[in-house]
Amino acid sequence: MAGRGEQRQTWLVLGASSSVARAFARVVAEDGADVILAGRDMDDMRGTAGDVSIRTGRKVDVLSFDAEDPAGHEAFAADAGKRAEFLNVFLAFGAMPEQEEIDADFALAERAIAVNYTGAVSVLHRLAPHLEAQGDGHVVVLSSVAGDRGRLKNYVYGSAKAGLNTYLQGLRARLFRKGVSVTTVKPGFMDTDMTWGLDGMFLVASPEQAARACLKAARKRRHVVYVPFFWWGIMTIIRHIPEFIFKKMNI
Amino acid sequence: MRARNMELCGWGRALAATVRAWRPERVPAVQQALRAGRDDGVIAYAGGRSYGDAPLNGGGDVILTGRLNRILAADWKAGHVVCEPGVTIGDLMRAALRHGHAVSVTPGTGFATVGGCIANDVHGKNHDRHGSFGDHVDWIDLMLPGGEIRRVTPDGEPDLFAATVGGIGLTGIMVAAGLKLRPVKSNAVLMKETRARNLDEFLAMQEDARNRNTYVVGWIDATARGRSLGRGILETADDSPDTVDAPMRRRKRMPVEMPGFAMNRLSVGVFNALYYHRVPRGGRERHAPLTQFLYPLDAIEDWNLLYGKRGFYQFQCALPDAESPVGLRKLMEAISQAGTGSFLAVLKTLGSEGKGHLSFPMRGYTLALDFPAKPGVAELLGRLEHITLDHGGRIYLAKDGAMKAESFAAMYPKLGDFRRVLDGIDPDRVMQSDMARRLKIRG
Repeated sequence: MAGRGEQRQTWLVLGASSSVARAFARVVAEDGADVILAGRDMDDMRGTAGDVSIRTGRKVDVLSFDAEDPAGHEAFAADAGKRAEFLNVFLAFGAMPEQEEIDADFALAERAIAVNYTGAVSVLHRLAPHLEAQGDGHVVVLSSVAGDRGRLKNYVYGSAKAGLNTYLQGLRARLFRKGVSVTTVKPGFMDTDMTWGLDGMFLVASPEQAARACLKAARKRRHVVYVPFFWWGIMTIIRHIPEFIFKKMNI
Repeated sequence: MRARNMELCGWGRALAATVRAWRPERVPAVQQALRAGRDDGVIAYAGGRSYGDAPLNGGGDVILTGRLNRILAADWKAGHVVCEPGVTIGDLMRAALRHGHAVSVTPGTGFATVGGCIANDVHGKNHDRHGSFGDHVDWIDLMLPGGEIRRVTPDGEPDLFAATVGGIGLTGIMVAAGLKLRPVKSNAVLMKETRARNLDEFLAMQEDARNRNTYVVGWIDATARGRSLGRGILETADDSPDTVDAPMRRRKRMPVEMPGFAMNRLSVGVFNALYYHRVPRGGRERHAPLTQFLYPLDAIEDWNLLYGKRGFYQFQCALPDAESPVGLRKLMEAISQAGTGSFLAVLKTLGSEGKGHLSFPMRGYTLALDFPAKPGVAELLGRLEHITLDHGGRIYLAKDGAMKAESFAAMYPKLGDFRRVLDGIDPDRVMQSDMARRLKIRG
């Protein structure tokens, strides 16, 4: 675990009700860190908090957090900063409406942008000064391979993630100056309730595998990682398909 | 939320079903899945450690509860925990042992789940002393077939409780349960292994041990014949005051499924003989981590691949005390004559009836063996079923994949009470399974 001397490490998990976030909380607590779970579903998070502390003996707090309410993020960041001796951030929230549904209802596009881009930028921006003051720490953001190229089937979600990825590049440069690492995680297919029952899934990572990969990437202060790693190869190919061909493809 | 069409099988792999599977991660999603059900009904599928068709529902829906796997709360002073149904017994045991407690009753695998243990009212090696799993359940939050969640307690709703404990999932989907744990001084037991040269000696030793020791289990060599018929190893164990190191051993996996012929009379006979002679004539004693004593086969994660593509059936019956000497001899003779070979058969005592209408235990003896799913296995299972019935015994639903509906009705005298509860809470027969249809459980 990175950090100064004997300070207690805390991981703030934003969007704590997803299976990857639950798995990440277990993994870092097993590793000896305390956890703050943040999200909207307080009942659900209280269950996860009980689970993680019973299994690991670590301290687990629960905080109310809504990505779509940027006005509340300043106070939220202050609260989280106060509760942790030494803060690390895992951002796991996201919203992925079907492109067809977005096409039928622009409100869904606005929501995808509000959650995946505006919400993420807003909360990271408010947390950044706390991290800078520590002079060390990790930020891990669960983004998506969808941000690597705009695709027919997922381009609103993909563009929000692309914006987030660009923001993270800048944030990485800013926080690097104060010893804080920023890791962009681009999962391929993960075995979650979002992907269960989808056709054409292959090379799927379990939430536990993804969570372990995220922690490992943070420790190594990686900039951008694909999970599982071979998605780097897949996306490299996809990024290099000429646009005049890509626009005709049905992916 | 989407479902996925997939094939599921029981642990024995001899029975399989194509189902539409839902995999909720939160309680509201369980409700959605239950309401999306079709005419072919729905059943919960948790750890997949039932051997036969109890959690299968061919052509219908299945709700996978494995992602509902949180230990929601614990009160270590009172020795009480609240679990979601998909929490594995092994995980719960590890958490409990760190706080001076043990799961009161556990089956022979840590991969079984809390929900599965309630639904099958499982017993362990300490049945004489501590009863079955249902005896340690304070309450169950049960999602009824209509989607309403009700807290079911033994006193508040005795009928629904008795139908849910051991009710193989037919009363609804459990979403949480409160369990009583047992205080222990350490993570270890002091265990003793002793040879029993034949069935009579084995039974005498078990009779003695059941009154003396907390844990009692016998490994019986089902390939031995003649004067050695029923020989085996008696294992007894009691809580140890001394903690032992329990190294995190990496679980081994079966690299591939074995070819079907691998488990034959010769290989199994050799294995059983080695297993018997490994314990010295005078017996031996040692400290062992409780989890290692309780879950010896968990070291190999998917040992069910041993039996090859066709899989295997497990037969487990209970016989009342008075019938056991004669009945067990007949069973062992039939098995040894058939010569299909069962490796690591288990013979142990049971203490008393469980709380559920369809609870398996009765005061007496229980015998469990595996048989490869080869030609002739149905006839053998039929003979064993017949002997069990003749001697007032019953067959364990968690293991069964072959019993006839008439035998089932004759073995389970509280079936009428069970049906009455189901008619009340599930008149539209939302809850269904391959086992329920095969055994005509709803009539």
